[in-house]
Amino acid sequence: MKILVCISHVPDTTSKINFTDGDTKFDTNGVQFVINPNDEFGLTRAMWFKEKQGAAVHVVNVGGAETEPTLRKALAIGADEAIRVNTPATDGYSVAKQLAAVVKDGGYDLVIGGRESIDYNGGMVPGMLAAMLDANFVNTCISLEVEGTNATAIREIDGGKETIKTSLPLVVGGQKGLVEESDLRIPNMRGIMQARSKPLHVKEGVDASSETTTLSFTKPAPRGAVKLVDNVDDLIDLLHNEAKVI
Amino acid sequence: MSILVYTESEGGKFKKIALEAVSYAKGIADMMGTSVTAISVNGGDASALAAYGADKVLEVANDKLNNFNAAAYADTVAQAAKAEGAKVVILTSSADSKFMAPLVAVNLEAGYVANVTALPLSDSPFKVTHTVFTNKAFATSEIATDVKIIGLGKNAYGLKENSGAGAAEAFAPSLTEADFSTEVVSVDKATDKVTIADAEIVVSAGRGLKGPENWAMIEEMADILGAATACSKPVSDMGWRPHSEHVGQTGKPVASTLYIAIGISGAIQHLAGINSSKVKVVINNDPEAPFFKAADYGIVGDAFEVVPQLNEKLKEFKAQNS
Repeated sequence: MKILVCISHVPDTTSKINFTDGDTKFDTNGVQFVINPNDEFGLTRAMWFKEKQGAAVHVVNVGGAETEPTLRKALAIGADEAIRVNTPATDGYSVAKQLAAVVKDGGYDLVIGGRESIDYNGGMVPGMLAAMLDANFVNTCISLEVEGTNATAIREIDGGKETIKTSLPLVVGGQKGLVEESDLRIPNMRGIMQARSKPLHVKEGVDASSETTTLSFTKPAPRGAVKLVDNVDDLIDLLHNEAKVI
Repeated sequence: MSILVYTESEGGKFKKIALEAVSYAKGIADMMGTSVTAISVNGGDASALAAYGADKVLEVANDKLNNFNAAAYADTVAQAAKAEGAKVVILTSSADSKFMAPLVAVNLEAGYVANVTALPLSDSPFKVTHTVFTNKAFATSEIATDVKIIGLGKNAYGLKENSGAGAAEAFAPSLTEADFSTEVVSVDKATDKVTIADAEIVVSAGRGLKGPENWAMIEEMADILGAATACSKPVSDMGWRPHSEHVGQTGKPVASTLYIAIGISGAIQHLAGINSSKVKVVINNDPEAPFFKAADYGIVGDAFEVVPQLNEKLKEFKAQNS
């Protein structure tokens, strides 16, 4: 089985979010970038397929050279090869189009992405990719087993979960649950050393125009100070009469 | 031309998010001088959608669609959009909507923006505002394609009553075998519990509760308020509560009317996830907890004293006010 894990290069979850160039660009100044958490759960599950079922695991990112340290981290965790599509990630549609070209070239059976990236939260790349490839698709996936060409997945739904039977080729939108938080791997020295000599292919992008353009950003208005109360009667009164939420 | 809105139902009744989506569709239809067509799959009575502005309701009745199936549902919505000549398709932020939206988008060659917070700023060019960076910011984006898809954020627009004709019409999509190549074999869903996705009120607790055995008072409060229960990331990581209750940046987002946080310090990732909730209450014994900076109301006190008192008073309040 050949697996491609899509890696989004995103600001660490603790990052302060600021904008620059007249609020048209994300300010990367002082921001630490990481593997998108939803993708990292998928990558770790892919490692299980590699170790238990002999799968080959490649990782891919669409973006400039600044994303390479994030791809190297994925290699240090255990991916065999990395691909960077050398074109800016402008919108979900164009990224999916670039990834579709990579999947067709590489003949992957299973593509694992994240349910959404924690920066733009569009949650559309895995689904669009599946549609472009005519592959099966399972989103918000919290468990995945593959035997031959048959796959069994569990999907989180609002208020529960459901079990899905499907087959390869398959695209998955993964999240926590694919593996546990405690199963995530911190690259060790050996992994980091090996990652330096693993292949990182840089491919030029295919022609793919964007369908949407982000024009500007704003931050939420600062909120008023908290009203502290010292007894529960006052709290109920405020929630009922002032906030009108109970 | 019309605005097409997908309306989700459960047990033959439309969900509140469906009515909210119809209200929103009506708002766009008024902006663009057109009408609202709703599509429902094995759904409820069309008149319920008319009350929020649906002029026409395409009713799909098909036993093969009893379980949600993203490919088949996406195909159904795309075929309806083509039949209606819809220029804008409205979906929501439910798990099912987010599952099928990208499939509909590729089918219709339509640009898709998720987590939209309000009516478009303009319809030509078509500009919408949506949340990004897990609610830490908003972005304005332009959709350049002929057909546009909007994923409406939860609790973003609210219910607005309108009167539409609500003319019901049977709609039979032509579905292929490929639409059913993923098959739901079992569904495991608590039907007696309010889900975080649907809840008006969410009661959430963190490590301050010291152990899973202390959650009875949290569940009691949720019962009294008709609320969903949630928890912070460490609590789900330690296995005190199921992952499905974890709210925050890497868990579920919450956009409830009221969010009550008990014994949660308020890490930046947690606050991002709950930022879209309208009113936030925090109960914590540490006055320096960052959550107090993000909350509307707060009590500095020991959860083990405050929560039982609050539950008693809430019971009295509910007895008098319901």
